[in-house]
Amino acid sequence: MFKVRVIPCLDVKDGRVVKGVNFVDLRDAGDPVEAAIAYDAAGADELTFLDITATHENRGIMLDVVRRTAEACFMPLTVGGGVRTVDDIKTLLRSGADKVSINSAAVSRREFVKEAAEKYGEQCIVVAIDAKRVKRAGGSERWEIFTHGGRNATGIDAIEYAQEVVALGSGEILLTSMDRDGTRQGFDLPLTRAIADSVPVPVIASGGVGNLNHLVDGVREGHATGVLAASIFHFGEFTIRQAKDHMVRAGLPMRLDP
Amino acid sequence: MTVAIIDYGSGNLHSAAKAFERAARSMEDPQAIKVTRDPDAVYRADRIVLPGVGAFADCRRGVDAVDGMLEALTEAVRVKARPFFGICVGMQLMATRGKEHVITEGFNWIGGDVVKIEPRDESLKVPHMGWNTLDMVREHPVLERLPLGPKGRHAYFVHSYHLDAANEADVLARADYGGPVTAIVGKDTAIGTQFHPEKSQRFGLALISNFLKWKP
Repeated sequence: MFKVRVIPCLDVKDGRVVKGVNFVDLRDAGDPVEAAIAYDAAGADELTFLDITATHENRGIMLDVVRRTAEACFMPLTVGGGVRTVDDIKTLLRSGADKVSINSAAVSRREFVKEAAEKYGEQCIVVAIDAKRVKRAGGSERWEIFTHGGRNATGIDAIEYAQEVVALGSGEILLTSMDRDGTRQGFDLPLTRAIADSVPVPVIASGGVGNLNHLVDGVREGHATGVLAASIFHFGEFTIRQAKDHMVRAGLPMRLDP
Repeated sequence: MTVAIIDYGSGNLHSAAKAFERAARSMEDPQAIKVTRDPDAVYRADRIVLPGVGAFADCRRGVDAVDGMLEALTEAVRVKARPFFGICVGMQLMATRGKEHVITEGFNWIGGDVVKIEPRDESLKVPHMGWNTLDMVREHPVLERLPLGPKGRHAYFVHSYHLDAANEADVLARADYGGPVTAIVGKDTAIGTQFHPEKSQRFGLALISNFLKWKP
């Protein structure tokens, strides 16, 4: 039976985990490779690295992190952040990433998604969408795409954009609600559901998880295929296993392999 | 003993190589894992692995682009009867034909076409991306002691097409995704998995170990 995915996400800057992770005894709480190994052992279904390194010079560090992770962890790994060219994708995949997520580069040039999917296959191209509720004149509401961590408005409708990038070859959507990100109030369920119901590919819900019910809601109400969370796992509030046990009790199919 | 992992410009060779190295290390009689694009090295290897991600036609072009590779591969597997392991599109290439976007000839080691999966349940997304259990269709040494079935371990899938085998005898295991999906095929000295053993944690490593021990 097919299972729902639980995906921890690590923000990595200059080769270090931002704010660190403290859910197990690690020699170095800031080392992304150690954190990846711990999540692998804890039964995470996939792992996502988001590279928030600002300078071009330090981006090579991420490739080394990916390479060392792939040597130690035999689990699916998605890497995103600053992916702008087909060459960026090539070097990440060659280093050991299984999927690459594209964010603002796809907003500024949609054809990039097509070029990437044609070259490496739709299965490894994830488009990351950051969406925010926007009230238009006249009172109508919709979700629009934002870039640069929610600072830059684009005026692009999120649902139309999702359909467009999927038509161009995105094999998965990583959907983050910028209204909910960091609030611990749960996913934006109407947004998640609207996107998940309008594209044929898997949608991963992200942004706002504060408790384990939120994970259940993301799948049941939001129709997400997988759920992504960061802080509830990184600081030991909940283990991956607790999250999955909770989701099993709620009736969701989960992978509990030792 | 050497295991050749074929580098034809496609696929994530790094993780496949690392998984085979890890599995080989824990064996009594360690085998050397060698990533290569040299047809001669493939011809001389004791075991051969063909990884592959992306589109069927692209992967086929990749194999054809390496001068002498297809001949070496065919000779080693079909004549010298060397154990072969195809992964994902590397497995699909064992079929008669691929029907992803265009019709492309496969190696025709296993009769059947590679066709789009069409889950009956509309809430199931394509690609089939994530973890699924496997149901055994036929016993095989590479499946020895692997916990299969609905309560068994999971394998990691990422694909939209699968090998629709013409002969039931060539199918070793299936997954259910709104209908049957071919998960493992096996014929003579060749096996192939639609899922990624190199990404399937302990279950995947156990399968790779079985392959490395297999003496057909």
